[in-house]
Amino acid sequence: MTTEPNAPTSRGTVTIEIERCKGCALCIPACPPAVLRMSEAHNGIGMPYPELLPGCTGCGACLLVCPDFCFEVWQYDAPLRHAEAGAPS
Amino acid sequence: MSERSRPSDALPTDVRPVEGARRVGRMRPALLLHEDHDLCPGCGEPVAIRVLLEAIEELGAAQRAIGVIGIGCYTAFTSTMDIDLVQALHGRAPSVATGVKRMQPENLVVTLQGDGDMVNEGLQEVIHTAARGENVTCVLLNNGVFGETGGHMTSTTVIGQRTKNTLEGREAATHGHPILIGDLLAPLGGTAYAARGTVHDAHGVVQTKAMIKRALTAQQQGLGFSFVEILTMCPTGWFVPTADGPGYLDDVLRPVHATGELKRDGRILTTRELLDAARKQQP
Ligand code: SF4
Ligand code: SF4
Ligand code: SF4
Repeated sequence: MTTEPNAPTSRGTVTIEIERCKGCALCIPACPPAVLRMSEAHNGIGMPYPELLPGCTGCGACLLVCPDFCFEVWQYDAPLRHAEAGAPS
Repeated sequence: MSERSRPSDALPTDVRPVEGARRVGRMRPALLLHEDHDLCPGCGEPVAIRVLLEAIEELGAAQRAIGVIGIGCYTAFTSTMDIDLVQALHGRAPSVATGVKRMQPENLVVTLQGDGDMVNEGLQEVIHTAARGENVTCVLLNNGVFGETGGHMTSTTVIGQRTKNTLEGREAATHGHPILIGDLLAPLGGTAYAARGTVHDAHGVVQTKAMIKRALTAQQQGLGFSFVEILTMCPTGWFVPTADGPGYLDDVLRPVHATGELKRDGRILTTRELLDAARKQQP
């Protein structure tokens, strides 16, 4: 099964310790459904950090490649439907 | 942590799901005391240390593991790795590990060294340790530079690789050829297992962990010397943006230091044979 970017459901999610992130961006291409992107905003050490869009599968690839231990990965018991992907919430 | 200005299309990532979800991955391995470290952004060494610690834990060996640590950027993790540790002098970790294992044969003894430490400063130590068939596991973090002491060339730097003292790229006529350490160790009679992994992508990280587990299992079974080399990104030493580190590893280091198993169950594959096999698999 493939998941489109901005799919309206997420099978998983991540928690991200953005203040520990050093902005290397290694997690961005590692994410198979491409639901991570670097922020425009900067954290306390002046670096951009990953933001999560709908469509995470909980695969854990981001966690595997992050040198700074920023990710925790979760899988939902049932896929989470987002109100409307991309819509302001 | 307060969440910083989150764009409207992004999901919250600062709170854990309260119900209806199970955690499948934790931030740090159980054998790391805390997540913070001072290695450069985009460095591959913390990723390699994660899989090493996870492999030790998953084999149920945390209480019996003794690490013998070389000197490099990774040495900073000696203050946070939650296993017993001995600090060795440059290059001497395999010899120190020999002594530890002979005195404490029931323990799981693992060295951690960089390419500068193992292949430059202590090349003979690791070769003799393998040849003697010492029942220890040596882990090499290979990025082709002396990262900690300023980024100069090591014995594994590949032809064309830029370092602080090969600014136009390593050139065989002036700087000689890289040593493929796995090819030196795998054929030795005392070597039970040898492999070369990589942490430049998630697939490589998973494969590398499996290699470390096979190496540690060989030691647990008393089969002899085991060796895992891990290619790691050093964007600082390679003069590339952090995001380009994995691609540089794949394009520049990996075509020379090919990844795969170099010795398993008595079967030896050279790096050349791994490269040929990888080429055949390409479409
Ligand atoms: S868990 Fe997988 S799908 Fe979700 S953000 Fe991480 S890499 Fe992407
Ligand atoms: S890989 Fe880790 S440190 Fe690098 S940008 Fe992603 S979260 Fe931040
Ligand atoms: S110099 Fe290289 S190996 Fe050392 S911490 Fe920086 S990126 Fe990692």
